[in-house]
Order: sequence, then C-alpha cells, then structure tokens
Amino acid sequence: MDIFDFYRKDQWPHVFCPGCGNGTVMNCFFRAFDKVGWKLDNTVFVSGIGCSSRIPLYINSDAIHTTHGRAIAFATGIKLSRPELDVVVFTGDGDLGAIGGNHFINGCRRNVDLDVICINNNIYGMTGGQASITTPHEYISTTTPRGNREYPFDLAEIAVAAGANYVARWTTRHVHELTKSIVASLNKKGFNFIEVVSQCPTNFGRRNKMADPSALLEWFKESSVRRDKARAAAVDHVDLNLAGQITTGEFVSRERECYHERTGGSSHGDGH
Amino acid sequence: MNIKPGEYFLQGNEACMEAAVLAGAKFFAGYPITPSTEIAEGLASMLPEAGGEFLQMEDEIACISAVIGASWGGAKSITATSGPGLSLMQEAIGYAAMTETPVVIVDVMRGGPSTGQPTRASQGDILATKYGSHGDYQVIAFAPANVQEMFDLTVKAFNYAEKYRVPTFILSDAEIGHMRGLLTVPNEIKIVNRKEKGIRRSDEAYDVPDDLVPPFETFGKGHKATVTGITHTAKARVEPEDPTIHQQLVKRLNDKITNNRRDINKWEVIGPESKTMIVSYGSASFGGREVAAKDDRVGLLRLKSIWPLPVEPIKEVASKCEQLLVCEMNLGQLYWGIKRVALEAGCKRVELLSKIGGDPPSPGEVRHKLREMGAI
Repeated sequence: MDIFDFYRKDQWPHVFCPGCGNGTVMNCFFRAFDKVGWKLDNTVFVSGIGCSSRIPLYINSDAIHTTHGRAIAFATGIKLSRPELDVVVFTGDGDLGAIGGNHFINGCRRNVDLDVICINNNIYGMTGGQASITTPHEYISTTTPRGNREYPFDLAEIAVAAGANYVARWTTRHVHELTKSIVASLNKKGFNFIEVVSQCPTNFGRRNKMADPSALLEWFKESSVRRDKARAAAVDHVDLNLAGQITTGEFVSRERECYHERTGGSSHGDGH
Repeated sequence: MNIKPGEYFLQGNEACMEAAVLAGAKFFAGYPITPSTEIAEGLASMLPEAGGEFLQMEDEIACISAVIGASWGGAKSITATSGPGLSLMQEAIGYAAMTETPVVIVDVMRGGPSTGQPTRASQGDILATKYGSHGDYQVIAFAPANVQEMFDLTVKAFNYAEKYRVPTFILSDAEIGHMRGLLTVPNEIKIVNRKEKGIRRSDEAYDVPDDLVPPFETFGKGHKATVTGITHTAKARVEPEDPTIHQQLVKRLNDKITNNRRDINKWEVIGPESKTMIVSYGSASFGGREVAAKDDRVGLLRLKSIWPLPVEPIKEVASKCEQLLVCEMNLGQLYWGIKRVALEAGCKRVELLSKIGGDPPSPGEVRHKLREMGAI
C-alpha cells in the first residue's frame, strides 16, 4: 500500500504544528498496519478530542471523532455491534487519562478487542498548553506557572494493573520499536494499549527550555530506560515517569479472554 | 425471542423492552438506576437471544457513547436511564444530534433535582430532554401514559429515530414504568429502517434530500464515513470557523424535525368542543382524563409526544375553548410553551396545575382547580 492511500487528502491541511510528534506516530502506525495486512475498508478509527484525536480525520477509512474522553466507550459500541471490523482508538493524555480515565481503566478491565494508541505529549496542546495528568512534577505550563505541584500518572502502568492484554510504551524517538509494538498489538486480540511519549514543542517544549523539537527528542533519548532495567521498582514509577526517567518497552503481553469471545460475537449491523 | 401477537398483562418497563426487541434493537448499553433498571435486566437476557448485544458500562456517559458507536456500526441501539443518568448523557445527546445518529433513550423519570425521589414518579426531565445539551438542536420525545403506549411508542421511537436520524426519547416515569396493565401486541407492526447510502457516487450520502435527512453511512461498508461533532460541510469536511457552514448545518438539523412536526406528533383529544380544555401528558393526565370523561364542560388534549412541541393540536383546541388548564408533574416545564401557543391562538386564559412529590394529580385535585377557574 502506498502511504498516500492511507491519508485522506481532502481533509488537508492538517492542524498539527511543525515539529509535532503526531506525524511520526501516524507513520509508524501506517507501516505496522500495512505489515499486518489490515484493510482500511475493514477498519474504523475512533478518537475523542485533542490534537492526537484529529488523526482519524486524516485516515482514508471510516472515522469517528467523538466527545472528549469517551473514545473507548464509543469504540466498545462499534466493536460489539460489528465484531468483524477492526477498531483502533487514537487518543491523548488528557483525553484518555483525565476526562476519560474511567473508560480507560474499565476498557482495560473489560478487554474488548480494541487497539488504543495514546499519544502522550504531557500537555493540553490544542487549548494552548495547560498542565495535564502527565505533565511532570515541577514542569511549567500555562496553568502551572510556578511549576507543576502535582505528580503525573503513569498510563502504561495503570493499563497493566487494570488488565489490558498488551501494554507497551515508547517515545517518538523509538520509531522502530514503536512500529514493532504496533504490529504486535494489531496481531493480538483483546484490549491492547500503546503509550507513545511525544513532543509538543509549541506548548510544552517552549515553556520548558526545549522549544526545538530535537531538544525534546534528545530528552526522550536520554531519559528512556527499559522497564526491566529501570532504576526503581514499579512502586516508585509514579514519581519517576518523565521527570528523569521514561520507562519504555513491552510491559505486558498476555492472553486474557476477550469480552466478545465469551459472548459469541455475531455481527449486528446487517438485516435490521 | 420476539413477543408473539396476542394479549398480555405486563409491567410498563417490560412492555418497553419487548417493543425494543420487536422494533429490531440489537444493542443496549446501560447502567443500573431506579426506576429504569428492569429494562436493563430484561434486555440482558432478551437481547442476546434475539441476536443482539447487551452491555453494562461504567457510567451513563459510557452507555450513551457505546450506543452511538453501535448505531454507526449499523445496529439499532437503545439505552434506558433516569434523571441523574440523563444529566450525565447530555453532552453525548448533543453529539448524537450533531452527527445525526439514530439512538433511542428511555428516561423513566423520577423526582429531582439531584438524587431526589428515586422511587417516585415525576415529569422533571421535560426541559432537560430538549435543552440539556449545549447549542441549538432538536430531539423527538414521546410520553406514554399506559402499558400499551410504552409498547407502541417505543416501536415508534425506533422508527422516528431511524427516519430522522435523531436521538429519540421515551419520557416515561416511575408510575408508568412500574404499572401493570393490559398489552395487545398486534399482528402487524410497522418497522422503519434508516435510509442507507448507496455507493454509486462517493458524495451521494451528503446530498440533502427534500426531507433534509441525508442517507446513513454504516461503518465497514466502504463509505469511508467521517463522523465528527465539529461543524462540518455536507461532505464531512471539518470547518469550525466558517459562519455560513455552521448556519446551514445547525439550521438543517433543527428544520428536519420542526418542519416535520405533523408527521412526528401524536395526541388524543377527549371532548374537543368543551369550554375548558385540560392539556396534559403521561401520568399527569390520569386525573384530567377521568374528569373529562364524566364532565361535558371539560375536555382533554393528551399529548403522546412532547418534542417537538405539538403546536398544531394545541392551537386547534386553544382556538376553540375559553380556557385551558395545563397539568404537569413538575413546576410548569411545558406550561410556558403551551401557554405561548394557546394565547397566540386566541385562548384567553391558561392556568397551571402542577404537582410534585411523586403522586399524579388526582381527579379531585383537578376538579378543585377547575372550580377555582370557574369551569365547573
């Protein structure tokens, strides 16, 4: 498949800023999608609200851009009504972990066959750079002008604890590893979660002395530590994520029974 | 298994779920809430048997979201809730209106605000149903008053949701949902399915036909549908800044319902020539119905649908009668709309009998109010 068959050119120009990590993630996703042989006409892309949630609008497939935080709930309805379709969710840290946190943990627990890709840029980019649930402690945003008093969520560890079938975290610096993990995720049934730590030079880097996208990528490179070699045990991850250390790697890959394998999962979309 | 034609003695909520299955519902997502829970419990066993999917979700926001998603998958979809759940669903209801998604929402109303009276009837959600989400939009809402209507109007709710691609409500209450009564299931039931897009021409779905409802693009059929809550052009291009595109879109979403009011609205009239007319709906109409049946001086206009506001029948009775009494189980939510229409139609006086607390106004209370008005 040609990469331009993947994109929906009639929606261009896109909204992403120069230096944004979303393009890198789309590119990695496209390569993985092509490799596993999925078909655009058999795939539905679902998202909530935010910069990363605009991605489905640029993919040449069925796409539903929903309300803030609820993409996983919408995707659950789509998958259960049409189990033969592949359903992919693109979301961000605010969409998934803050307003949509309840759907995220319950999605992991319910284990419907969905592939969820969260582009975590540590900030609310679309609204101009407010602190998110993954903004590192002491970092600057428009709503934390004196440094973030709170500590960030570790989304990937939450997914592991909540029961997701497959969990991996990479950064936009790890394009090969990320592509391989997306391949693994697409090939796997159940609720699969990939967190991609990504750069927002406009609204995160600029206020934190990393206005150049390459400075953020350099930071990702220096801070990334494989989860099995991380300095601290999982119990301390909550303080460490991004503030000095980004644990990366394939966190878990297990074979929990998927929700609709249990119920039989026939298609309900036809014959009404 | 679909319910067979014949006579039954059922609960209102049971009639609703039987009708949903018969109307072709294939997806339900719900969250336990009094007094609507029986619908979720019933459909949990009925829907899988009918080849559908039942899902209990983490909250009502997830329920309505999953229901909208399933509708785009092509399944006729329904959720059931009560006031607090309706409040949580509001953002997604606006999303369903904006994206023209057929969904059926059963609201078995209880006393509010807040937790209020979970086990008692009210009509407190009338305005929340129509105006609860932000922006200008329309919904369709039916107001059953007995077990038979819980059945008939649920079938209609699916049909109108599909026909107009709009969120459609059954505004029942604890009284109607829990009452037991006779249900006749007819031999033939009219089922309407959504107009699906053909794939001859890629932009065909977005040509707005005369009835203002574009054909539906079910996912997974090669349409490459783009669904978004952002202001979009007829060809689903995102255009949040263009005033004209926004005006055209929102105007059409409203016009497709209000222009078709005559097709949508349902009502019944007892004693249309009476000097005093009661206007009521749902369980608030019980008392008025009894009075109107026995007294020639008093008639009843009972609205079986309340959104879009049934302007035509209200005008009709208001232009003939001397005074009008609106009976509601809230502090007057539909009263102002009815009063405006009635005064414009030449009716001289429009009074309100409102009763909250859980019990419908009794015939005695209605008579008392009518005596105050000099009607009897």
